[in-house]
Amino acid sequence: MTSRRATHRLLSRAAVNGALLLAVVYMLFPLVWLVTAATKDAGGLLAGDSFSFEGFDLGGNLARLAAHGDGVYFRWYLNSLLYAGGGALACALISVAAGYAFDKYDFPGKEKLFGMVLLGVLVPTTALALPMYLLASEAGIVNTYWAVLVPVLVNPFGVYLARVFSAGYIPDEALEAARIDGAGELRAFWSIGLPMVMPGFVTVFLFQFTAIWNNFFLPLVMLSDQKLFPLSLGLYAWNSNAHAEPGFYPLVVTGSLLAVVPLVVAFVSLQRHWKAGLTAGSVK
Amino acid sequence: MKARTRAATVLLAPFFTLFTAVLVVPIGYAVWLSLFTEKQSGLGFGGSETVFSGLDNYLAALGDRAFLDGFGVLLAYCLLYIPLLLAGALALALLLDSALARARRFFQLALFLPHAVPGIIAALIWVYLYTPQLSPVVRAMESGGIGFDFFSPSGALPSVVNIALWEWLGYNMVIFYAALQAIDRSVLEAATVDGAGSWRIALSVKLPLIRASLAMVALFTVIGSLQLFTEPLILNKGTGSAVSSTWTPNMYAYSAAFDRNDYGLAAAASVLLALTAALLSFAVTRVTGRRAKTA
Repeated sequence: MTSRRATHRLLSRAAVNGALLLAVVYMLFPLVWLVTAATKDAGGLLAGDSFSFEGFDLGGNLARLAAHGDGVYFRWYLNSLLYAGGGALACALISVAAGYAFDKYDFPGKEKLFGMVLLGVLVPTTALALPMYLLASEAGIVNTYWAVLVPVLVNPFGVYLARVFSAGYIPDEALEAARIDGAGELRAFWSIGLPMVMPGFVTVFLFQFTAIWNNFFLPLVMLSDQKLFPLSLGLYAWNSNAHAEPGFYPLVVTGSLLAVVPLVVAFVSLQRHWKAGLTAGSVK
Repeated sequence: MKARTRAATVLLAPFFTLFTAVLVVPIGYAVWLSLFTEKQSGLGFGGSETVFSGLDNYLAALGDRAFLDGFGVLLAYCLLYIPLLLAGALALALLLDSALARARRFFQLALFLPHAVPGIIAALIWVYLYTPQLSPVVRAMESGGIGFDFFSPSGALPSVVNIALWEWLGYNMVIFYAALQAIDRSVLEAATVDGAGSWRIALSVKLPLIRASLAMVALFTVIGSLQLFTEPLILNKGTGSAVSSTWTPNMYAYSAAFDRNDYGLAAAASVLLALTAALLSFAVTRVTGRRAKTA
């Protein structure tokens, strides 16, 4: 009797972990393919089994990537770092300031205003790209850095997260103490509130960094000068050439691999933060 | 007290200034644009003028077969994608939450990882894996006697759904898993004492307790699905693809604006899409909200 139950438990355990493992294989094999494919030249890619390191030539691919179009790829890389890094930093600061204000202060119409922020979460952003493009062209900033930087400074969900984090991480007593010590309100936010809510700041930063790094529609609409492209748009342009010119395949594959690396590193090293962000979103 | 109001204003001002500039004003501008149309004046080379045309752009969009077909594609996409996504993410979260799962941190990270891949790159990887000349997968399927054309009229939709599932399954699984972990363990123990098996506990105890997360994920998935653009755009570039340049309403709006320079029509299409999103959000919130009350 006990042995039958033990066998049953063993089988269940194998089934549960086997199913999870199967899901992991589905999730990871395209990434494994990306790694092995990035080690092949165009001939090798088109020739056959790209799930191997046969004909290993990652160095050659990297050299061709760096050389193509006067090194425009790394220009795109720097652009992406600038858009995502600068944009996410400013966005996190703006969101945390607003979230903190919603959490710590009372003013007339506060919850109505917050409701508007929440409605903003639901707006399909791609529907706004066209009017934004036309507005930007009237402001004369189409095809400049500003056209892709300004719209990504706003993240209503970031404000929501910041409010949740502010309520959880900044005790009102700490602010009272600062006020008794004679600190002004803004000073209290800057030197007491902000350091305390840092985990929330990092979470908003991480999500916004990813969103901007992955953003494709906005730059597609706004930018025509190759020198301003982020990685997403540059790789898209190269891919459009690849059918006529198979030499572009290894460039796109190797370029994609390098473009994925920073995000994978960020997500692996900042696990606590994205989990916290997704939890705050789900438990409300 | 005055100092606090001032501080609140200073802290909120940057966000709301930008919120107005990149959200509120463009929405208003899109509605405004949709009411006008460009008319070629006189002989055609005197340039064009913009004239008020009421709801003509809306009628033009709604009368265009390509636009309506886009909604058909979207409907088919939602019917295939959303149930698969919700059921898949839930199943994985329940498996991970069961007492039998090992190496939870590893599974969570590995399943989440595709979400770190930009949508455009995810689409590129998969389109290469769909392309017979490049793909070890297609080769393996062929040697196994399975012939499937991922770009054919019947294959295009599953191809796009697969890319979206790959990108979002792990992300939503983490949300469900977090909600499952937040369930009070004593509730589960009580159910075990009452003699409920693990299947029973998963379906009749855990599932109802995380319906708020389910509702939220459903809502965001619907809104995200309506904006479908990047993945089919990449499939559209594939050779001999059944995906046209106006395959989804968003692609239709893009092509109206940038291929045909018909901003009024594009704006009308965008507004119609946004309205659909608003209606559906309302419906999803109502349905899930009511179920939460009666359960």
